[in-house]
Amino acid sequence: MSANANARPRVGLFVTCLVDLYRPSVGFAAVKLLERGGCAVDAPLAQTCCGQPAYNSGDRADTAAIAKQVIEAFEGFDYVVAPSGSCAGMIRHHYPTLFADDGDWARRAADLGAKTFELVSFLTGVCGMTEVEAKLDRTVTYHDSCSGLRELKIKEQPRRLLATVDELELVELPTAETCCGFGGTFCIKYSDVSAEMVRRKSDDIQATGADLLLAGDMGCLLNMAGKLKREGADIQVRHVAEVLAGMTDGPAIGEEG
Amino acid sequence: MQPKSHLFKEESTKAIGDANLQSALKNLQTGFVAARARAADGLDEFEALRDEAVTLKDHILANLDFYLERFEEKVTEAGGTVHFCATAEEARQTILELCRRYGAKSVTKGKSMVAEEVALNPFLEANGIEPVETDLGEYIIQLAKEAPSHIIGPAVHKTKEQVSDLFHEHHAKYGRTERLTEAEDLVTEAREVLRQKYFDADVGITGANFLIAETGSTIIVTNEGNGDLTQMLPKAHVVISAIDKVVPTLEDVSTILRVLARSATGQEMSAYTTLSTGPKREGDLDGPEGFHVVLLDNGRSDLLGTDKQDLLRCIRCGACMNHCPVYTAVGGHAYGWVYPGPIGAALDPHIVGLEEARHLPNASTFCGRCEQVCPMRIPLPKIMRHWREEAFERGLPPARERLALKGWAWMARHPWAYRLAARIGIGVMGRLGRRRGGRFRDLPLARAWTKSRDMPAPEGRTFIDRWKAGERG
Repeated sequence: MSANANARPRVGLFVTCLVDLYRPSVGFAAVKLLERGGCAVDAPLAQTCCGQPAYNSGDRADTAAIAKQVIEAFEGFDYVVAPSGSCAGMIRHHYPTLFADDGDWARRAADLGAKTFELVSFLTGVCGMTEVEAKLDRTVTYHDSCSGLRELKIKEQPRRLLATVDELELVELPTAETCCGFGGTFCIKYSDVSAEMVRRKSDDIQATGADLLLAGDMGCLLNMAGKLKREGADIQVRHVAEVLAGMTDGPAIGEEG
Repeated sequence: MQPKSHLFKEESTKAIGDANLQSALKNLQTGFVAARARAADGLDEFEALRDEAVTLKDHILANLDFYLERFEEKVTEAGGTVHFCATAEEARQTILELCRRYGAKSVTKGKSMVAEEVALNPFLEANGIEPVETDLGEYIIQLAKEAPSHIIGPAVHKTKEQVSDLFHEHHAKYGRTERLTEAEDLVTEAREVLRQKYFDADVGITGANFLIAETGSTIIVTNEGNGDLTQMLPKAHVVISAIDKVVPTLEDVSTILRVLARSATGQEMSAYTTLSTGPKREGDLDGPEGFHVVLLDNGRSDLLGTDKQDLLRCIRCGACMNHCPVYTAVGGHAYGWVYPGPIGAALDPHIVGLEEARHLPNASTFCGRCEQVCPMRIPLPKIMRHWREEAFERGLPPARERLALKGWAWMARHPWAYRLAARIGIGVMGRLGRRRGGRFRDLPLARAWTKSRDMPAPEGRTFIDRWKAGERG
């Protein structure tokens, strides 16, 4: 925690471009959860995107420029938290690699990476949160988004907190660890392959019998929600933070407001 | 094999629409994945063994010339010959000369990906020599005149019904006219048809999973035993292998063998692990008179000391493809060259050229599962990323793609412009989306998305705008 043990840790919320643009409610859910976890939260206005579209397309120069901007906007905080395993993984693991041979930036990238976390794992691992005050009478299933799962080892943390939501029942998705086919620009560049991957995912989700699908990354959620809606499946889709924060009154992803 | 990797997009679309292929791929997804998981969970020291295997292989690669020289010395001592070949063409010519030396009209072959890499079969055929594949999967695709679609299951893309049709068509000339439908009967018939081929062959060609420096032995692991017959019965045994297969000692091999089958098929060990050391010695009852090892480089040594050296740790288990959601959606042929799946996406651009194979490292979601299951911990996504960077630097992606990306990157670097565009764009989309029930069934600028799925509508105002205005939820 911060230098002064009595002061609340200052968390910079990296809201992620997809949350910012598509689903601000996830950002507000994150703020609520972080405050309940004892943090002082601010969202720097200069933030845009973590640079993954450029990075994954091989555009290293632009990625570095965007990354420097993120480092400058967030390095003053005690922690950086993102409601996304993918963006948090980008800052935590890929920024240090990106600047490995770049003197002072290497140090600044490594420092920022070390204090950057995905939201749910931050709540359980750093804030020591063991339960949430929320109630939801639904049967839910959970998709483990790939970057969070493999780069940040996020697997049991969301399940542990979901287990404390009153009346919520979790049924496991047998293919929870299989990619849904979003993959950033992949879903546009190789749209037929992506479509087949999300078609399989949608079948698997529907086979669980759950009426609500949760995950921790907006990209995967938009992809899976889009497919489930296209197929007319009667399953709602939400970011896990909305459920943990008890903010499920608004419309689910892809539904009428 | 002539690469067709530049056709990945077209071929993958075709593959997704191929009902037979999709039905065959379904078994792959469930069978091998579960088997590997059971095998990994059932062995406490599995992770430690992987680490040991990685350390060992890195040591070998750092001393590759030493171990290759030692291997050659030992093969020579045992009465065999090592032929170093820099290119595929050299390897083909060397094998043709050997076949001619032994007067070969027909050769039997055990499974070898390197033989596919140098396109050996069409070359031998063009020179009047009949190659007969003896691995059941390879035999099936030879009848179908296709290339392997998987490293360990070359015919994994074929359904039982397709195999039944192939045998019915091709086995009539051996007097077998009854149509078989049971897997066991099909296997039996293939065994019986192949039996005479082993006796007729003048040369037996096999691949090698490992080359042992301390003894000059080559090792093949199989589940069918066909390799043993291939190498024991003809006059000469020709091993074709790549230079990166050398391992210092027999004990070292046992470490890698323990992770190989578990990663591939979930078995503790393959059914057969066959060692060959030199030709028949005086007093031996069986064995070939000649023993030759054709060692192919084909660009591999160029990888040493580069950021892609880790590729040479690959032990060809196929775990990366079994677990890859792209591979299991499109199958191996869509990749357009010998090595499909994640390892192909990382290796093929080096061997066939990035212009040809540009799509392969891009056609990945970077989900990371390949690296997670790779027994040799090859950082496959990282290597694919290197290729994407090289392709971008060389201007290989289409102009439209580069322009869109540059536009996004410019916005991301100019928060004021980003905020302005977001406010307008998201505002409009939010209003339209609310009128359309919260999602778009067709967005003209995002047809690649809306062709197969709806596009959820944004809420209408961005988080940062609302945060700036003092909203807190």
